[in-house]
Amino acid sequence: MATILIRQLRKILLTALMGGLLGATLVRLGPGFGTDERELDNRLNSDSQQAIRAERASENNIAMFYVRYLAGLAQGDLGYSHSLNRPVTALLKERLPLTLLSLSYGVAGGVAIGLGLALVTVAWRAPGSNVVPALLSGLCLAVPAAVIALLFLWMGTGGRWAIALVVFPHVYRYAKNLLTAAYQSPHVLAAQAKGLSSLRVLLAHVALPAAPQLAAIAGISVTLAFGASIPIEVVSDSPGIGQLAWRAALERDLPLLVNITILIALMTLVVNSLADLALANRRPAE
Amino acid sequence: MSRAQKLAIAVLAAVTIASLAAGWIAPSYSAQFRESISAPPSAKFPLGTDELGRDRFARLLYGTRVSLLLAPAAALLSTLIAALLGGTAGYLGGRWDRLVASGIDLFLSLPWLFLLMAVRALMPLNTSPVASVILTFLLLGCLGWASPARIVRAGTRTLASSDYLLQARAEGVAPARLFWNHLLPNLKPILAAQFWISVPVFILSEANLSLLGLGVAEPLPSWGAMLRDLENYSAVLQNPWMLAPAVLLVAVVSCLKLLLRSEDPLPC
Repeated sequence: MATILIRQLRKILLTALMGGLLGATLVRLGPGFGTDERELDNRLNSDSQQAIRAERASENNIAMFYVRYLAGLAQGDLGYSHSLNRPVTALLKERLPLTLLSLSYGVAGGVAIGLGLALVTVAWRAPGSNVVPALLSGLCLAVPAAVIALLFLWMGTGGRWAIALVVFPHVYRYAKNLLTAAYQSPHVLAAQAKGLSSLRVLLAHVALPAAPQLAAIAGISVTLAFGASIPIEVVSDSPGIGQLAWRAALERDLPLLVNITILIALMTLVVNSLADLALANRRPAE
Repeated sequence: MSRAQKLAIAVLAAVTIASLAAGWIAPSYSAQFRESISAPPSAKFPLGTDELGRDRFARLLYGTRVSLLLAPAAALLSTLIAALLGGTAGYLGGRWDRLVASGIDLFLSLPWLFLLMAVRALMPLNTSPVASVILTFLLLGCLGWASPARIVRAGTRTLASSDYLLQARAEGVAPARLFWNHLLPNLKPILAAQFWISVPVFILSEANLSLLGLGVAEPLPSWGAMLRDLENYSAVLQNPWMLAPAVLLVAVVSCLKLLLRSEDPLPC
C-alpha cells in the first residue's frame, strides 16, 4: 500500500510539473508574448521603456523561467501576475475558496441527483421508469456548460447549480449501469429469493458492495466539474479560479497560467488517484 | 436498431441536407437587409433577422454546416493521431510506450476545456473568420487525441498478445507489415467508436469556446457563435426564436448520442 502511495505521489508531482512546463512553453511560444501595453505610452522615455522590457526579460528563456519559478515555489513564492498587478499567491488565496465551494456544492449536488435517480430507476424497475431520468440526463449532456450557466444566470441562481447539472448525467449513467449489474449478481437474487425487503436488498446487497466504485464516481466528477467551472464562472462573472484561468490565458500572463495549470493538474490528479485507490482496495474482495 | 435511433438518423440526415443546401434555400449568411433590422419571423425570414439585418435562418443553416462538417473532420484527425500514438505505443511497448502513456496522463490531468481554452487563447485571436474556423477545429483535432489514444493503446496491447499475431510473428512477418496488415484492421471497431464519441464532444467544445469568445470569429456563423446572442436575456424573452441554434444544437447532439448509446465509463 505504501509503495502504491509513493508511486502515485511521484507520478502526480511529475505530471503536474510537466503540465506547468507545457503551459509555460505554450505561453512563451504564443504570438504577442513579451509585449507590454505600457510600452505604447508616449510619455515614457527610452530608459523607462527599457526598464519595462527588462522586467519581462527573465521570462524569455523558458528553461530559466521554469527553474527560477521552481526555486521560488520551494520558498512559497508563486511569482507576480503582470496582468492583474498582484502576487499570484494573493490571487489564488482570494479566488480558490470560491471555486472550491462551487465545486463542492456542484459535485455534491450532481452526485446526489445522479445517484438518487439511478437508485430510483434501478430499484423501481417499472416499465418506463427510466424514461424521465434518461431524457433529463440526455438533455443535460447535449447542452454546452456555458449555456447551462446562462440559463441559471437568467434564473438569478448561482453557478454552483449549473455545475451540478453538468455532473449529474455522467454520474446517473455510470451509477445506473453499475447498480443494474449489481442487481443481477447471484447473491442479490438469493437475497430476493429469501424474501428480504426491497429496501434492504437495495441498500445492503446492491449499494453497499458497489460503494467503492460509487465513491470513484465522485472523484472523477471533480475533473468534470473543474472543466465546467471555467465557462460557468466566465458567463456568470464569478471571480473564481476558472475565470482567473480564462483571463490569464487571454492576457498571456505566464506566471499566473503556469500556477493555475499546476494547481488544476494537481487537484485533478489527486482526486483521480483517490478514486483509483478506492477501486484498487475493492479488487481483492471481489 | 430501435425506432428512436431510426428517428435520430432521419433528423441528422435532414439537418445535414438542409445545411448543405443552404445556398439554395436561404440568402447568404452575411447579407444585411437594412430595411428589416431585428425583424420578427416572417415568410421571408423564418427566424427573423438580427440587429444587423442578417437572416437568422440563413445563419443557422450555414452555422450548422460549419459545426456539422468540421467537427467530424476534427474527430477524424484526433482519431488518426490516437491510432498512430496509441497503436504504436501498445504495439512497440518499452520506452515509447512509457513516453506516450506519460503524454496521455499529462493531457488527461488537465480538464479538456481548460486545455483547449488555454491553447486557443495563445494562438492569434485577431485572425480572419476562415482562419479562426480552421484554427478552432484543428486545435480540437490536435488536442483531443489523449482519451482515444488511451483506449487504442489498451486495445492494441490486448491484440499484440493474441495468438494470431504471435503466429504471424513466429512466421517472420515484418513488424511494419504486422502493424499495418494485421493490427490496424482489427483496431477499426475501436477507432470507429472513438471517432463517433469525439464528434458530439467537439461540437459542444466549439460551442463553449465560441461562447467564451475564443471560437469561430464573426461574420462566419457557427452554433457557438450564434449562442452568444443568448447573453441578452431581455432580447431572448422578447424574441424566443433566438433559441433556435440552442434547440438545434441540443437536437443534433442528442441524436448523435442516441446513435452511440454509449455505456462507457466516465470521460476523464
